[in-house]
Amino acid sequence: MIRAFRLVFVRELTVAFRRWSDLVLPLVFFVIVCTLFPLAVGQNAKILQEVGPGAIWVAALLATLLSLNSLFREDFEDGSLEQLALTTEPLSLLLLAKTLAHWVVTELPLVVIAPVLALGFGMPASGVTGLVLTLLVGTPALSLIGAVGAALTAGLRGASGLLALLLLPLTVPVLIFGARAAALAGEGHSIAGPLYLLGGITMLALTLTPFATAAAVRVSLD
Amino acid sequence: MDTSSFKLEWRNLSLWRGDRCLQTGLSGAVEKGEAVTLRGPNGCGKTTLLRTLCGLSQAEEGEILWQEQPTRKIRTTFHAHLAYSGHVNGLKSDLTTRENLHFAASMHGRHTNQNDLLHGLGLMACADLPVRNLSAGQRRRASLALVLGSGTELWVLDEPYTNLDTAGCEWLARRLNDHLAMGGLLLLAAHQGSGIRPERETLIELAGVGQ
Repeated sequence: MIRAFRLVFVRELTVAFRRWSDLVLPLVFFVIVCTLFPLAVGQNAKILQEVGPGAIWVAALLATLLSLNSLFREDFEDGSLEQLALTTEPLSLLLLAKTLAHWVVTELPLVVIAPVLALGFGMPASGVTGLVLTLLVGTPALSLIGAVGAALTAGLRGASGLLALLLLPLTVPVLIFGARAAALAGEGHSIAGPLYLLGGITMLALTLTPFATAAAVRVSLD
Repeated sequence: MDTSSFKLEWRNLSLWRGDRCLQTGLSGAVEKGEAVTLRGPNGCGKTTLLRTLCGLSQAEEGEILWQEQPTRKIRTTFHAHLAYSGHVNGLKSDLTTRENLHFAASMHGRHTNQNDLLHGLGLMACADLPVRNLSAGQRRRASLALVLGSGTELWVLDEPYTNLDTAGCEWLARRLNDHLAMGGLLLLAAHQGSGIRPERETLIELAGVGQ
């Protein structure tokens, strides 16, 4: 079981790095939004500091939505998804490996580059730490919840709009806790509470969504 | 396990595609050393039947039994004996043929000699090229390699001869007959001749869907 998980994970990473042009699109989108924001809002340092965490979190959420479209689409079209569904390994585990690989190649770069972009908003050091922590704990939940939607819409043509509509209500709690905690950190408060809650959402998503994703994939294949 | 009892049986199946009824009351079985070939006009439900028997689609009605047990209940056991090759090839286009085969073999926990297989399929020269650079026929061969190298008993092939050249067709027919001779089971959809020895083959003609 662990071996199958590792096999799928490694294959996903290999495929992702062979076509890195697809990989950088969400990252470029994230960077563009986060650099345009300070330019458009203007010189007022106080306002920038206040909107910074929220803007960066929204950009991260939208960049995730952008990348989720292709999570299962290609596997659906080239038949690898049905081959995965016909193995003896639990489908939920194999899809979790795919989702984890998706997080590593699309979300982790966002987390890494976020501190640099936070400078553009003039965020204090404590705020930057808070932002990175909340993104690190919160973005796995975005990938996991997103995988369910991506699995449901894998067989549909032109479903990008539908996917966004499906996922936005489910991802809003992550956004609220993440952005709010990052803002609190910037004001010098302790963020242990919201961070734990965010971790709780991620754990909940980790335990429940793989089964939903597997069921959704079976429906899409039918 | 008693290998002599390998048998896939389906009783009274109804197939639907969306709100269109394709077939009703389909029954049949394939046993050790036997091939069942599905024939019929386009759109009559050959692919749907194969996918339903594999467990990829749900049957509206009827039951599918593997060794007398419903496949829905023993999915893992059933899939351990099954290899399927459909219209789409199941290969990642960014990986090489060798990597694709290695992944499939590892997933099934086998480390077979890939070179023999690649050689037989005439894919040796392009084994280390990404699948996207292969021709349609070569891709079909690579996709068949997933099934031929799987080591499973039941092979389900949807139009396996598509895109193959004459030599490829002959080679495939020989391999399919070998598989049957070794006690394998075969389910296939084929427009042209299936290349299976007549004494081992059962034909199922599916009627066209009513206009």
